[in-house]
Amino acid sequence: MSIAISLRACGKTWAGGARGLLPIDMDITAGETLVLLGPSGCGKTTLLRLIAGLEMPDAGGQVLFDGKDVTRLPIERRNVGMVFQSYALFPNMDVTGNIGYGLRVRGTPKNEVQKRVAEMLEMMQLTEFRHRSIDALSGGQRQRVALARAIAPRPQVLLLDEPLSALDARLRDQLRQEIDTLLRVLGITAIYVTHDQSEAMALGDRICVMEAGRIAQIGSGRDLYHHPASTFVADFIGDANRYVTQTGEVILRPEELSLRPNPNGAFMITRVTFLGPVLRIMVRHRDGQELRADVPDDVTLQPGMRVEVTVGGAALMNTDPPDLD
Amino acid sequence: MRRGIGFWTGLCFTLLISAFLILPIFASVIAGVTANQFVGISSGFTTRWILDVWTNYGGTVLLSLQIAFATLAITLLLGVPAAYVLARHAGVTARLIEEALVMPIAVPGLATALGLILAYGAVGGLRSSWYFILVGHVVFCLPFMMRAVLAVLLAIDLHRLEEAARACGATWAQRFFGVVLPNIRGGILAGSLMVVTLSLGEFNMTLLLHTPFTRTLPVGLADAYTALRTEMASAYTLIFFALIVPLLSAMQWVVGRMDQQGGRR
Amino acid sequence: MHDRLRAGLLIAPALAVFLAFFLIPLGYLAVAGGAGGYSAILTEPRFLRSLISTLLVAAATTVITLFIATIMGLFLARVRFRGRSTLLALLTLPLAFPGVVVGYLVIMLAGRQGLVAEVSLALGGDRIVFAYSLAGLLLGYVYFSIPRTLLTLMAAAEKLDPRLEEAARSLGASPFGVLRDVLLPGMAPAMAAAGAICFATATGAFGTAFALASRIDVLPMVIYTEFTLQANLAVAAALSFLLGIATWAVLALARGASGGAAA
Repeated sequence: MSIAISLRACGKTWAGGARGLLPIDMDITAGETLVLLGPSGCGKTTLLRLIAGLEMPDAGGQVLFDGKDVTRLPIERRNVGMVFQSYALFPNMDVTGNIGYGLRVRGTPKNEVQKRVAEMLEMMQLTEFRHRSIDALSGGQRQRVALARAIAPRPQVLLLDEPLSALDARLRDQLRQEIDTLLRVLGITAIYVTHDQSEAMALGDRICVMEAGRIAQIGSGRDLYHHPASTFVADFIGDANRYVTQTGEVILRPEELSLRPNPNGAFMITRVTFLGPVLRIMVRHRDGQELRADVPDDVTLQPGMRVEVTVGGAALMNTDPPDLD
Repeated sequence: MRRGIGFWTGLCFTLLISAFLILPIFASVIAGVTANQFVGISSGFTTRWILDVWTNYGGTVLLSLQIAFATLAITLLLGVPAAYVLARHAGVTARLIEEALVMPIAVPGLATALGLILAYGAVGGLRSSWYFILVGHVVFCLPFMMRAVLAVLLAIDLHRLEEAARACGATWAQRFFGVVLPNIRGGILAGSLMVVTLSLGEFNMTLLLHTPFTRTLPVGLADAYTALRTEMASAYTLIFFALIVPLLSAMQWVVGRMDQQGGRR
Repeated sequence: MHDRLRAGLLIAPALAVFLAFFLIPLGYLAVAGGAGGYSAILTEPRFLRSLISTLLVAAATTVITLFIATIMGLFLARVRFRGRSTLLALLTLPLAFPGVVVGYLVIMLAGRQGLVAEVSLALGGDRIVFAYSLAGLLLGYVYFSIPRTLLTLMAAAEKLDPRLEEAARSLGASPFGVLRDVLLPGMAPAMAAAGAICFATATGAFGTAFALASRIDVLPMVIYTEFTLQANLAVAAALSFLLGIATWAVLALARGASGGAAA
């Protein structure tokens, strides 16, 4: 059912000459969920639209579905399901009409359409809304209809373009879990575009971080978090301190740091903010470099206090260069 | 964008319809300056027909301009304040009044003109004076002025602007002339060009309202179409185009600029 | 209170003009028909016939114009090519042409020495002349209806959400399916509004028929003839009152319908 997707030298240059995407090679295994993550304008949506068949790559680029060249195949013949940002539900059809649309235009017999739509309604818990007009649905319900509509014709690939960006935080969390479950159940190859790193972490088997039209790094969430290939990736995935030691720049996660009061410590606490689960503490080294540290709540830590900072047990530049001390 | 078969059929269709709309205009313009219509363009160009028309029908052009500008003055004085009141009031009464005031657009000019003749045709010397045509044009054009101004008044945040001016201590007159009017210039200009254009071209009403002494340009044109040779009729039409096309272009330019500014806000 | 008084004073002149020169004349018109005028309309087949042919011509004009303007509106809203803005400016020129001028342009196109006649003659056929027939009248009505309808429909086409079209395609819809299920439903309110204006204008149009000296007795021509030649004021008044009410009602209905659909 699910298929592998390969991109070969897929670049995209816009009519004005601007490069939307530099030539990219990428392989997506069958059944995998790949998340395209990056700031706006990084090319992630362009890449998704190339895979969808809504854009054509520049000459020389190839899109392969299970090894078959589909570059010149328009979207309506690629058998993909797509969920759009802000849903793009058809306002002239009700919930049932929207979900069944893909089946109807494929000429599926009426009773089969009905059966499949009923299945979808059930699966998405939309049965009681089946005759509602789109205007009368909440944001979360619309999102479910959009998902149901995309998967009803049993596509080979599911493409999701920032599907949760129009929802409020609480609903986003809930639907993210639903989408996660859905993708596992379907076992379908899915490509998910987002600019939200927690969404990416939660959903992606692999995450592809993009920057300025190129791939910055591809890997599991754990890979990207612990071994970022660049400071851009480190900054984008989780919170990162950049810190220059004698041996060069290192990336330090705030929760990796621990503080211990020490009157001779090289760091001074400059600010303490209570965030609930953790205490966020800003410390400044004598040389002026600042670090953020997330530590368990501790009322004794106060601004002005001298501390030493350790990373996973090892002290961090606590022994100042002699000439500075 | 890929230019498939859809693009080319769309383009061909569009060009065909464009030709239908535009070619007769060119044909008429050329006929107006062609020395001999039966021989064709090869007979050379001349301004003779235009001059002939001007000698015989110049008066209709002048009267049309006179009526158009008088209509403009009156619709400005009546329409701008009315639009201002309608923009400030949200109630049912205001909407009903608005609905009523735009009615003359929806009723054919022929009916309005016949009504005017029935009601005022016998009053003093009105029937034979150009004021009678003016009255008809004002009734017909007023809604257009009002709507153009109203659209802009509703697009700007009138209430906030007026409150700000009030907070600065401005009296009503100072607010209206110093804050409101300058901010709706575009709408007033667009409405004005519209009114002049409509008045210059008004025929449905004017044909009934006019007398042999008060013939406007379109009425004269209708007369020329039935009575004169093609060259003269075309030359006369050319004079009309020369008046109306710059007005229309100016109107498109003004509206286009307003759209751009609206987009930037 | 002071505010209301000022509002009243500011709007009073416009209202006075409306009352004196529109509503009162319309009242006169309604009454002038008298029982004789209105019953004549019902009893004399000539008037009924002209009423029916007027409605048919207006309906045909509306259908043809909507067909043309929808295709062109969709096309022009989506493509960019050099000269597009010039073309648009040229296409909207006829907006300002009175009906008589449009009638004359139809003669230039399809009259005895018109473009069509010259071309057909040059191609070795007969002179094709149809300016003075029903086709010529229709041509004229379509001519002045296209620009306004096109502007409305182009604006509507530009407002369509391109993602809806992409969604339909992602589900496998053919170009025709996209047109049927997404584009036309999206433009329907604008088509209804533009179509109503088109219908109402064509019903009340007069100049074109006048310039063509057309043999088709459209209602406005009948009114004019009754008034000027027959001096049959009662019938002319009754007919024009009914015509006015009808066009106003069509427009009011369409505005209600499209407003309701848009909200």
